[in-house]
Order: sequence, then C-alpha cells, then structure tokens
Amino acid sequence: MAELNTGDGGGGKGGKVRSKKQNSKVDLTAMVDLAFLLITFFMLTTTLSKPQSMSLGLPDKEDKPEDKIEQKVDENRTLTILMGANNQVKIFRGFLATPKLAPKTVAYGKDGLRKDLLEQKQAVLAYSTAKGKPDQGIIVIIKPSKKSNYRNLVDVLDEMAIVGVPTYAIVNDFSPEEAKLLEGNPAPAAVPNP
Amino acid sequence: MAKIKMNKKSTSTDMTAMCDVAFLLLTFFILTATAKVPAALPVDTPASTVQTKLPEKDLATLTVGAGKVFFDVKGKFVRVRTLELMSDKYGVKFSDEDKEKFGKMESFGVPIQSLKQIIDMNPADRNKAGQPGIPKDSLDNQLADWIQNARIANIELQEAELQIAIKGDAKEEYPAIRRVMDILQDQKVNTFSLVTGLRGKEEF
Repeated sequence: MAELNTGDGGGGKGGKVRSKKQNSKVDLTAMVDLAFLLITFFMLTTTLSKPQSMSLGLPDKEDKPEDKIEQKVDENRTLTILMGANNQVKIFRGFLATPKLAPKTVAYGKDGLRKDLLEQKQAVLAYSTAKGKPDQGIIVIIKPSKKSNYRNLVDVLDEMAIVGVPTYAIVNDFSPEEAKLLEGNPAPAAVPNP
Repeated sequence: MAKIKMNKKSTSTDMTAMCDVAFLLLTFFILTATAKVPAALPVDTPASTVQTKLPEKDLATLTVGAGKVFFDVKGKFVRVRTLELMSDKYGVKFSDEDKEKFGKMESFGVPIQSLKQIIDMNPADRNKAGQPGIPKDSLDNQLADWIQNARIANIELQEAELQIAIKGDAKEEYPAIRRVMDILQDQKVNTFSLVTGLRGKEEF
C-alpha cells in the first residue's frame, strides 16, 4: 500500500529491477567538425608562415683599389640596368657612349623589364653564337641608385632568376654620364613608354 | 493482415574512427607548428618567385626598416654566448638572469648600453618601447660586432658557419640596405639571403 512503484514495466513479478540500457553512442559529428576546422587552420598557417628567401652572392670587396684586376669583357654582352626613382629603370647594352641598344626607360614587371631582358638575352646569344662561342651569355650589371628602394632590387634580382641570366653583378659606382642619364630626363610621366 | 515492417536504417554513422584520425592530425600539426610571434620591427617584405626556404637554425636575421636595423639570432645558447662576448667587448655587465631572459627574447634594436632596460621589460612592452635600432655608423658600429660575435658563438657552439638573412622593408631606400651589405662584406660575408614573401603564380 505504501510502496512507491517507480518502474512501470515491472508488472509486480518477483521485484526484478530492470535498469534501462543507456545508449552508449555519443554524437561525434560536432567534435569531428571542430577537429577538422582546427586542422585546416594549422595546416594553412604553418605552411604559409615560413619565410622565403633568395640567396645573393656578392664578389669579394677589395680593400686596396690598386689590387683590382681589370677584367675586360666584351661590351656587346653587357646590359646595364640603372635603377632610378619612381619604379623606373633605364637599360642599355654596350658602352653608354656607343650603345648597342640605345638607353630606354622601362618599367618593372612582366611587360617591361622582362620582355627587354629576354630580347637582349637572345640578341647576345645570337652574337656569341656568330662568334663561335655560344656558351657566353649575357652579363647584366645592376646599378641601384640612391633613390631606388629595396623592392626594386628584389624585383630585378627576381627577374634575373626568371629570365635565367647566367651572370649578373650589383655595382654601386655610377659614372657621371650614367648619373646624368638617370637624372637628366624629365618626369617619368613625360617619357613615352614603348 | 501481416504488416510489413520496414527496417528503418539509422542515418547516423559511426564517427569514432574519423574523430580519431582528425585529432591525430590535429595533434601533429599543433606539435610541428611554430608559434608566430609579433616582430619588434614590422616590415613588409617584397615578393619574389623564389621558393627557397630559410634555414631553421644557424641563422641571424637583420631586419631593416625605417632606417633602423634590428638583430636576431636563432638558438638560445648561441644568443647567450653572443651576449657574453658583446658584454666583454663593451664592458656592459649582465647578470645570469638577464642572459637567461635574453636567450628567450626575439629580435631587438637598441644600443648595448640600453639593452638591459629592454631585457627587463615584459615581452608585450618591448614591441611598444620604440627601439631606436642598433648603431651602425662608422664611429659606433655595434651591428658589425653583434654579427661578428654571433658568428663566433655559432661556430663555438654549433660548429657551423652562421647564415645571415637580410629582411628588408619593401619601401626601404637602397642606401640603408647597402650599408648593411657593406658591413657584412667588411667581414667577408659575401653570401647571404634576402627574405622575401611569396608571389602568387598569377602575377607572373
């Protein structure tokens, strides 16, 4: 009379207590979602945050100028890149006084410097082959002016790698004529860009 | 009438195995990841198409931006040894605790005379401190000494030549970069790396 029956399926037979079987399965969908989200995050951040680098080798600096060994190179093979302000470069091949390619102003990038570099590379290769020395490729002399910035330098070095210039050097000395060429032109906007 | 009992198929799949794999991968990535720490001198590196990665050790990074140069060496023991050599040279004393802290620090850009104040700061405050950069002019060329001593320390401890990387800001003018290159070349370090960002293929 005073008993409190909690189990409803008991039916009063012998007092067997049936514990209800709990479902042991947990829904893992949300957990898997979260795990994959984190995996994606870590994958993207780890691979992208590693810095890239380009290695640059410079020639030995001679302390005594008289020790310098003058090395003559064929002026037909040397392309000089003068890096100026406002992301403009001037290029010429040969000596400035008697250029094989007259100085011209180009911009950085695919349509500017790279096109000219590829053309000049072919021209030099044709010249060397005609002379019977097809292994002598183009020599590029990079002259960064004080007004050029670091991005320009990296861009030019990158072009060297893309175009596949066999020999290039960074030279810091400007001859007066070269300085004049870089300074002398009017504002870059007035220069017609071929 | 016999009722046909449709066998209801449960739509939930067993996620246990998938969960196991996901967490295994997650653990792997967390353990291999290196935490990205905010740089004391934030620079915007120019992009390039080269794919060479920087080495993980035996590396000194010179961060050049806004006319200032910051210095960093990888490896705690190399850092501590470098600081000891510098402390001998300039006659600035550092306690063992300072050295310990310096070993865990990131890049810095102060003259060695005020380095102790930076070491004493919290890591969060260091980046806000407005560090003036390491002196690099010919009268007080501490940068050259840092590089030199870091190279000595690295050879002593790691028995390998220290690699030097220049991390320049894209807008930095060439003379500042040239000055750093000149300092390196004065020590006959003619090969070094320029840290660049990754340029996407579509920009070719």
